[in-house]
Amino acid sequence: MEYFLELVFSGLTRGSIYALIALGYTMVYGIIGLINFAHGEVYMIGAFTALIVATVLNMYGLPLPAVLILASVAAIIWAAAYGFTIERLAYRPLRGAPRLSPLISAIGMSIFLQNYVMLAQTPNFLPFPELIPEPAFLERFASMVGTTDLAILTVTSVVMILLTLMIKFTRTGKAMRATAQDQTMAFLVGVNVDTVISITFITGSSLAAIGGVLIASHIGQINFYIGFIAGIKAFTAAVLGGIGSIPGAVLGSFVLGLTESFATGYVSSAYEDVFAFSLLVLILIFRPAGLLGKATIEKV
Amino acid sequence: MNVITLKDCRKALLTALWFMFLTFPILVVKVNTTEHLVIWRWQNLIYVGAATCIASLLTSVYRHYRDRRGQMRQQEQQEEEAGRLSLTERFFNTPAVSRPVFATAALFFLIFPLLFSTYQVNIMTTALMYVVLGLGLNIVVGVAGLLNLGYVAFYAVGAYTYALLNMHFDVGFWIALPLGGIMAALFGILLGFPVLRLRGDYLAIVTLGFGEIILLVLKNWAEFSQGPGGISNISRPGFFGVNMPMETALNYQYYLTIAMVVLTIFVINRLQNSRIGRALFALREDEIACQAMGIDKTTVKLTAFALGATWAGLAGVLFAAKNAYINPDSFTFLESAMILCIVVLGGMGSIVGVIIGALILILLPEYLRAFSDYRMLAFGALLVIMMVFRPQGIIANVRRTYHKKDSAA
Amino acid sequence: MSTEPILSVRGLIMEFGGIRALDKLDLTIQNGQIAALIGPNGAGKTTFFNCLTGIYTPTAGELHLSPSGQPSRRLNGLKPNQVTEAGLARTFQNIRLFPTMTVLENVMIGRHCRTRAKILGAILRDPRTLREEKETVDISRSLLHKVGLADLADEVAKNLPYGAQRRLEIARALATEPLLLLLDEPAAGMNPQETQKLIGLIRNIRDEGLSILLIEHDMKLVMSLSDYIFVVDYGRKIAEGVPEEVRSNPVVIKAYLGEEVEYA
Repeated sequence: MEYFLELVFSGLTRGSIYALIALGYTMVYGIIGLINFAHGEVYMIGAFTALIVATVLNMYGLPLPAVLILASVAAIIWAAAYGFTIERLAYRPLRGAPRLSPLISAIGMSIFLQNYVMLAQTPNFLPFPELIPEPAFLERFASMVGTTDLAILTVTSVVMILLTLMIKFTRTGKAMRATAQDQTMAFLVGVNVDTVISITFITGSSLAAIGGVLIASHIGQINFYIGFIAGIKAFTAAVLGGIGSIPGAVLGSFVLGLTESFATGYVSSAYEDVFAFSLLVLILIFRPAGLLGKATIEKV
Repeated sequence: MNVITLKDCRKALLTALWFMFLTFPILVVKVNTTEHLVIWRWQNLIYVGAATCIASLLTSVYRHYRDRRGQMRQQEQQEEEAGRLSLTERFFNTPAVSRPVFATAALFFLIFPLLFSTYQVNIMTTALMYVVLGLGLNIVVGVAGLLNLGYVAFYAVGAYTYALLNMHFDVGFWIALPLGGIMAALFGILLGFPVLRLRGDYLAIVTLGFGEIILLVLKNWAEFSQGPGGISNISRPGFFGVNMPMETALNYQYYLTIAMVVLTIFVINRLQNSRIGRALFALREDEIACQAMGIDKTTVKLTAFALGATWAGLAGVLFAAKNAYINPDSFTFLESAMILCIVVLGGMGSIVGVIIGALILILLPEYLRAFSDYRMLAFGALLVIMMVFRPQGIIANVRRTYHKKDSAA
Repeated sequence: MSTEPILSVRGLIMEFGGIRALDKLDLTIQNGQIAALIGPNGAGKTTFFNCLTGIYTPTAGELHLSPSGQPSRRLNGLKPNQVTEAGLARTFQNIRLFPTMTVLENVMIGRHCRTRAKILGAILRDPRTLREEKETVDISRSLLHKVGLADLADEVAKNLPYGAQRRLEIARALATEPLLLLLDEPAAGMNPQETQKLIGLIRNIRDEGLSILLIEHDMKLVMSLSDYIFVVDYGRKIAEGVPEEVRSNPVVIKAYLGEEVEYA
């Protein structure tokens, strides 16, 4: 029973991280219909920025909470800046181009950023500083659930609620939904589509950066390649839930997280990634619109 | 009219400042977490600033000329609608020019082993194998417009088919060659069938995932594939049982690869100008109109996808035979990305373009060893730059015209 | 006029998430007829074409195509390409040519479902494939000749003027050897001379034994060309009959009230 609960918690933790990344995919896909392959790299850059800032601040002897907050803020700022720049450089000039062009551009951006970080930093794994303290009262449960697990679950829940509120109730959120439905029409009624797309990238990238910081503290080490696999899996989660749908991305992420957790726990951990991709293929065969997605009809 | 205005300069300056900010944590600070050392590389900040400033100015100049040319072209268009062809089109439409060029190129490749050392021949053989791979992927991406990001998985299927058959059953190269192609095609059909019914971009992610799965299986299932250690002592291709000295064997492999290239060109050229080839081009342009014209899109796409996979499988067998040793590291995603780069750089759908693309991308890094670390960085940047500035590639694909004599023949 | 139906539609319903775009539509098209489907904007005319050609899956209803002398064929649930193979070909309201392919190639694509060559044939170029290719080129050329585009065969489709693009769409549809040709606003954007030529072309096609169903806003064209007219509004058929009947039908006039109606 305890093992089972442990797997449930680990599945929920994974799911939360996937959700934070998957939201960026699904929001961008919803608005410009593009698989942003470089999104995983933004997440990785977020984690690296946090590591670098935290290490520097640690050397100046700042207290742990201050380091944690400053590192996270830096991660969010820089990840958002990268997301914004990627869209301006690699996607915006290709609006209206054949579907294949932005997709190839995106994969190029992803390869570029991976190698950029590898060359500028290191090809090896770097240990990530322990930013989240272990309070004593949790020791009883430590075998089942760690502090980072709880931190991840809490932060993710708060972020999801904030995002939902933003999309439902703010002007920007309304503009985003309008642009997602019909870009031309949104433009005609006075929505600045360029700004909305930029905001979408910035929001998605910030979420990915939060995910990056959390997972890095959870696992304890990072390298330039972590964004690639995490990116594919988060995308799988987004498709699973129904690409373009925000609640779908969250649901899909938890389904994927739990599936992976149980599969690695009860079957084999060497094939961890195989389960995710098999799930993706199965979903595409039996329910291509995803769990919460609606089948769309192209206008002729 | 000034080529560079004050506005361009201000934009360049702002761009430079933005990128200096953007790259600051990653490029300037380098942390060594084990020894708690921080290295500050301030010089990088200056490099980034200078480079982005220049790049921004160059882009402005490019835009300026493009706009001016665009205006001129519009005027031309009004004056004279027909008769304006691009340089490449003119080249291909003038046999008096293009034929001697092609003949010289063919002759050069034929006598190449006589002119250069075995080392050079070996490199050229590798480059030619990438020509085969590039042309194979070109069927899928260039002709059919299906983004296959796991192309190398089919290459691996071919290579491992030969390696395993050779190891367990002592199967020779010539028997394994078609088998490798067939195996890869089967995998292609199994993977493509569920996905090709759906939106095009799902294919990209599924093939990416498939590539990773194949790699994981090859690494982890040691009883089957011998794991990361790979398989060695694979028989080299035989020639009616003749025993060849090393140098002759290398030259033999070179000519074998040349034969493969020729076969590939032959097949793809004929395919492009056929009923299926036309349907593929049309599918890329408008799927709904295609279906309304009676084209079964799934079948046609699957055909192209499987054919591309077959070619990767054939190249895989050739690769295993050439190196006599394979391991999973030859089949990573970066390999797929490189082949994609070849197709994109050369020109999607253009055979000559893909050949030139492969030769540039494989030979250039070989001779610029000093920059080999930056190879993947450059490939990534190249994909973006090509898409933004010249999506048709170095050599644009030229549409075939059917002359009256075709129908009279 | 022959009384043999080529297409019969019974109780066709198409719903988009609760909105009923087509409501129990019944109509029958006789063999060798030029029929027209008219109605105000948003009445569901193009939706009807999309249901008929398999692009949309109708919510309910029966669609039957009855080639003369052969058993009738149910079209529901067929994929668009199967519908075309069964003998229904269409043009599109917003032109959907293959823009970077040549004019001739565009028509050759239409031959796809009537030809058989596979990969192996393409590679080996056996006599049968060669014969088929030659036939494809010949038929396509003669179709271009018919619609008056023979001189532009090697031009890239997107460079054609608007009216010529519409005619190319018709040639491409004819290449699939349809029994019933569906034209979605074939005269839209054409000048009077082009429209006159188009009327001649459509009559010629009918005289060769094809049946035609067209959607059109140009009342002059509809009234002078059609043998039979169906009027739809809000997804419902509100009237049908020969042009004279429809023209004087008060229900039709009411549906069009507020729109400029130009009767010949």
